[in-house]
Amino acid sequence: MKRIFNNNRLFSFLIPVISVILGLLAGAIIMLITGYNPLLAYQSIIHSIFFEPYYSGETIRAMIPLVLSGLAVAFAFRTGLFNIGVEGQLLVGWFTAVAVGIGFGDLPKAVLLPLAIIAAALAGAIWGFVPGFLKARFKVHEVITTIMMNYIALHVTNYLIRTYLYTQGERTPSVPESASLSSKFLMDLTQGSRLHWGFIVALIAAVIMWFILWKTTKGYELRSVGFNPNASKYAGMNVNRNVILSMAISGAFAGVAGAMEGLGTYQYMTINSTFIGIGFDGIAVALLGLNTSIGVIFGAALFAGLKIGSISMQSIAGVPTDLVQIIIALIIFFVASSYLIRWLLVRLKKGGK
Amino acid sequence: MSYVIEMRNIRKEFPGIVANDDITLQVNKGEIHALLGENGAGKSTLMNVLFGLYQPEKGDIRVKGKKVNITDPNIANSLGIGMVHQHFMLIDKFTVTENIILGSEPTLGGKLDLKHAGKQVMKLSEQYGLDVKPNKKIEDISVGMQQRVEILKTLYRGADILIFDEPTAVLTPLEVKELTKIMKLLVKEGKSIILITHKLKEIMEICDRCTVIRRGKGIGTVEVKDTNPDQLASMMVGRQVNTKVNDEPYKPNGDVLIVDNLTVVDSRKVPVVDQLNLTVKGGEILGIAGVDGNGQTELIEAISGLRKVKKGSITLNQKEITNLSPRKITEKGVGHIPEDRHKHGLVLDFSVGENIVLQTYYQKPQATAGYLHYNNIYQKAKSLIKEYDVRTPDAYTPARALSGGNQQKAIIAREIDRSPDLLIAAQPTRGLDVGAIEFIHNKLIEERKQGKAVLLVSFELDEILNLSDRIAVIYEGRIIDIVTPSETNENELGLLMAGQKEKAAVQREENF
Repeated sequence: MKRIFNNNRLFSFLIPVISVILGLLAGAIIMLITGYNPLLAYQSIIHSIFFEPYYSGETIRAMIPLVLSGLAVAFAFRTGLFNIGVEGQLLVGWFTAVAVGIGFGDLPKAVLLPLAIIAAALAGAIWGFVPGFLKARFKVHEVITTIMMNYIALHVTNYLIRTYLYTQGERTPSVPESASLSSKFLMDLTQGSRLHWGFIVALIAAVIMWFILWKTTKGYELRSVGFNPNASKYAGMNVNRNVILSMAISGAFAGVAGAMEGLGTYQYMTINSTFIGIGFDGIAVALLGLNTSIGVIFGAALFAGLKIGSISMQSIAGVPTDLVQIIIALIIFFVASSYLIRWLLVRLKKGGK
Repeated sequence: MSYVIEMRNIRKEFPGIVANDDITLQVNKGEIHALLGENGAGKSTLMNVLFGLYQPEKGDIRVKGKKVNITDPNIANSLGIGMVHQHFMLIDKFTVTENIILGSEPTLGGKLDLKHAGKQVMKLSEQYGLDVKPNKKIEDISVGMQQRVEILKTLYRGADILIFDEPTAVLTPLEVKELTKIMKLLVKEGKSIILITHKLKEIMEICDRCTVIRRGKGIGTVEVKDTNPDQLASMMVGRQVNTKVNDEPYKPNGDVLIVDNLTVVDSRKVPVVDQLNLTVKGGEILGIAGVDGNGQTELIEAISGLRKVKKGSITLNQKEITNLSPRKITEKGVGHIPEDRHKHGLVLDFSVGENIVLQTYYQKPQATAGYLHYNNIYQKAKSLIKEYDVRTPDAYTPARALSGGNQQKAIIAREIDRSPDLLIAAQPTRGLDVGAIEFIHNKLIEERKQGKAVLLVSFELDEILNLSDRIAVIYEGRIIDIVTPSETNENELGLLMAGQKEKAAVQREENF
């Protein structure tokens, strides 16, 4: 019995790994069919992100919001909730961080920077609280409400920027140095990439999620409610309160993801005509990372590496960057059809015996 | 003489275990043949081999004297073997006829010929006394009726050997009686039946012969008329089973639970518990007998705080607990073994250890200030696993991987370990085998011996009669009578459960 159990854990670990390999293989086949050289393409990706400091820095930079939005999706999922609203929570977090940074620009950095990040987390938490409350109180499905909250976030932040913080270039002014995460040291180290101190925030967030879920009574409750709300209720847990709490914490992670863009990568917020997509990428990252902290970090690293590496893939191998989108989509497809992989693995094992 | 089904020396292995080891099953034409064994003994595996879902490693199968190779269920069907599954395979939104013909729809010029099919279903239904209405939707008929639709499905496909997989597990006592009648009629009409079960009483009542398997091995086949339940039980379990139960003298102390004039309404605002009064004393087991759906579930939910009380009060040890939260009530000393262990009793994806602290995870020594001490949790789990004989590889195994009996033992360990003043046990032995039932009954009696109050709800009259000190009969949300087990019998209880108090009184006069 123990062996089967261990095999199951091994299986679930193998599924994302095999999905990635299959996705890359399928991408290679598409390149061959369309007349590109897949070896050269992949080589250029790997070479740039591992050996060219600028691309390495940009990859880590791109990882930061992906890790945080992945954590947001994963956290809610552990409580059995599907938070599609990370995108919106991220946007309000982004705006709040920038607004606090500009509005309280006189405060010293040691106060202002944490304040801006915490404010962003709170804004995201409120944005997550609303669907959580609607679900707990009126049984409205969170997928519907979070999607709607995304649109509200998009247009409300645009309105707020246009009305209160507008400057030339369809954007807000830049945040003052005292609210900035950017670092000359990191930039010089990576030959001018936009890498900023946010990576430390992302790592801390990953540890926080792991700690809450696996070390605290609250986390135990959240996981219990996620697996079986009925039994949790019988055992005396307040299921509704846990649903709301889970959505709020999830939203807080998303809000911090926005703060990383606002205070780190860009230093400002633009008016967005449409969604930026990092929140939705978080769903894929969480799926690939099996909703664990460490998995989310690896998942974010992969997607960030592919995205950033695709730039040099285009310039060196001539393969359009869109192909990376196809590969990412394929990887997600293979993870989602994990049943197929499980079946293949069982088959292989039997054949080997 | 040749058997209608003969499975000889069947061996079926799965990675790591031998599910069937040298089992021989021989079924005569026109008999009801019981296949008896504990959960996990290999009954289902053997039947799945017969039905073509598994291929045996060794042994051969003969149907009506001819050697056959059943490689898939379609072959089994064409050989006249039909299976009545425990979990029905029916589509709720379809009518009875539509369900029966599903998979072999008769057509007339390319169009579905429902009229003809309906007539055929009607004819079969009459022939075997099934009394099924072909045009009703599945969602509108009772569970017992749905089972008959399953039976009709096999008959419609021309089966003359029917396998019943634990058919009475889902039925009320009355429906069981009707099913018994139907099975007898089926064999009279020349069908043969294999009945998979672990209920000894059923075998004694309706079967001709019985094959016992234990841990994958064939133990033997006996004529039912030459045997008795004790012998069957010891063949099945492999040791003497103690069927005598509650034998300590009845010495109740003070009232632990007082339910006073309780009214509880369901989602449609209809009172399902209606001005109900009930007292459970310390040191007694109070059994609640009743047909499913007469307010038992709602009564328990009200006591444990899961359902709002509309009127009346519930008192535990002289303190009012009406409409408190489930957690408060738990902390005040109520233990609850829920009716549905998968849905309400366990978080199946949690480890056994995590399940054992499901109500106490936030208390010391499991946690301090919101921080969990997993060492303490698993230490506690390990000692309870040992004490309650929960068979699991370790405390870290997910509860899902355990057998039903061991899952139930884990729940009982958790509930009794908190040493509650009132223990509510709802269907505590449903679907379990003899060994586990014996264990659980002993634990309930031990609680009684300790002076605790036990409220037992069960559809198994035997269980109620064997364990209870007093039996309260619930009917339409009220306790219509309280009787003493030594002064009543199944007939009287049956009448009371049907709400016939006057007739029950007459029955009683005649018996005593």
